[in-house]
Amino acid sequence: MSAGKVTAATFDEIVLKSSKPVLVDFWAEWCGPCRAVGPILDDIAKEYGDKITVVKLNTDEESAIAIKYGVTSIPMLNVYVNGEVVKTIIGAKPKPALLKDLEGFI
Amino acid sequence: MIRDLVIVGSGPAGYTAAIYAARAQLNPLMYEGSVTAGGALMNTTEVENFPGFVDGVMGPDLMDSMRKQAKRFGTELITDDVVEMDLTGDIKILKDGSGNTVQAKAVILATGSAYREIGLENEKRLSGRGVSWCATCDGFFFRDQTIAVVGGGDSAVEEATFLTKFATKVVLIHRRDTLRASKIMAERALNNPKIEMLWNTEVTDVLGADKVEALQLRNLVTGEVTKRDFTGLFVAIGHIPRSELISSQVTLNSEGYVSVEGRSTRTNLTGVFACGDLVDFTYRQAITAAGSGCQAALDAEKFLSH
Repeated sequence: MSAGKVTAATFDEIVLKSSKPVLVDFWAEWCGPCRAVGPILDDIAKEYGDKITVVKLNTDEESAIAIKYGVTSIPMLNVYVNGEVVKTIIGAKPKPALLKDLEGFI
Repeated sequence: MIRDLVIVGSGPAGYTAAIYAARAQLNPLMYEGSVTAGGALMNTTEVENFPGFVDGVMGPDLMDSMRKQAKRFGTELITDDVVEMDLTGDIKILKDGSGNTVQAKAVILATGSAYREIGLENEKRLSGRGVSWCATCDGFFFRDQTIAVVGGGDSAVEEATFLTKFATKVVLIHRRDTLRASKIMAERALNNPKIEMLWNTEVTDVLGADKVEALQLRNLVTGEVTKRDFTGLFVAIGHIPRSELISSQVTLNSEGYVSVEGRSTRTNLTGVFACGDLVDFTYRQAITAAGSGCQAALDAEKFLSH
């Protein structure tokens, strides 16, 4: 399964109340590096979906959430555990580097 | 299997090399880069000076077209990084980020360049917390704020102009008293009421606990040090060639650019060619990169036919 989509309406349910760690990809259509990292996150969602939920949040459509979490640079990847941000990864990275950053969650 | 040609890196140089090499039946394999595919133009907006596009073209769209054109003639594209290269022998050996190894008779290097950093400790610490290298990616998050752009070349001026779409005010900080940018772009910036120029000034520190709050600035003429509030800093002070992977094998100049023989794309290693921003410290345009990519493919074709 590739990474799903999250919106303001579903953020509580999918992200904050999840029993598993959740990786939220803050991205936008017009951001080149976001488009580059997107397929890598789909891969991670497929391979590690049993350990971590991967979802994408479009910052154009959901700017209130982006502002709430202090996004000033995308792509930004936040890992949420029990509703709290426990890790922030900024910028597009190759898959091995991302997997290394996500050690402990996958 | 030993391939004829592997191209490392994408962008105008790499894709053009691929188009020419594929049409010459060299069956090229291209490593596009896992997050750098398409190269520097992926982070730009409107490209107005690429010939053939009367009304301009979006950088990412231009790259997408070049990619499709390379693919159309049979280039095999891999969206991964090359992490190791042995280029010294007759057979070149390349290892990718997924652990696969390929062998080739010829290699074209087109890995381009990366953003240059100012080199301040706090610049690194606040990277992604108000410090950015990509106005098109991050400008949106600085709506109605006062932000700084550092640099004086085309990219700094383009970013400053672009950022006025969002920001209340953009202060362009430059070490000299004139812009290095092309006239048309410089004039556009100088005439923009939202852009303020801060000449003869360098950024000496980035201040803020967990996000950018202010910059420490030094006037290079008077030596005066001041602090000024900004919520964002966009760094556009040029690029450094991405040659670190090959620096022990291929001859580089003192700045780290790959040295080539005369007007060719031949490096010091037989069968290894280099093109684009990895080589070019003078022109650095999409069209010159594309031109040198074409040269590299023709040089490689000639080499392989002997």
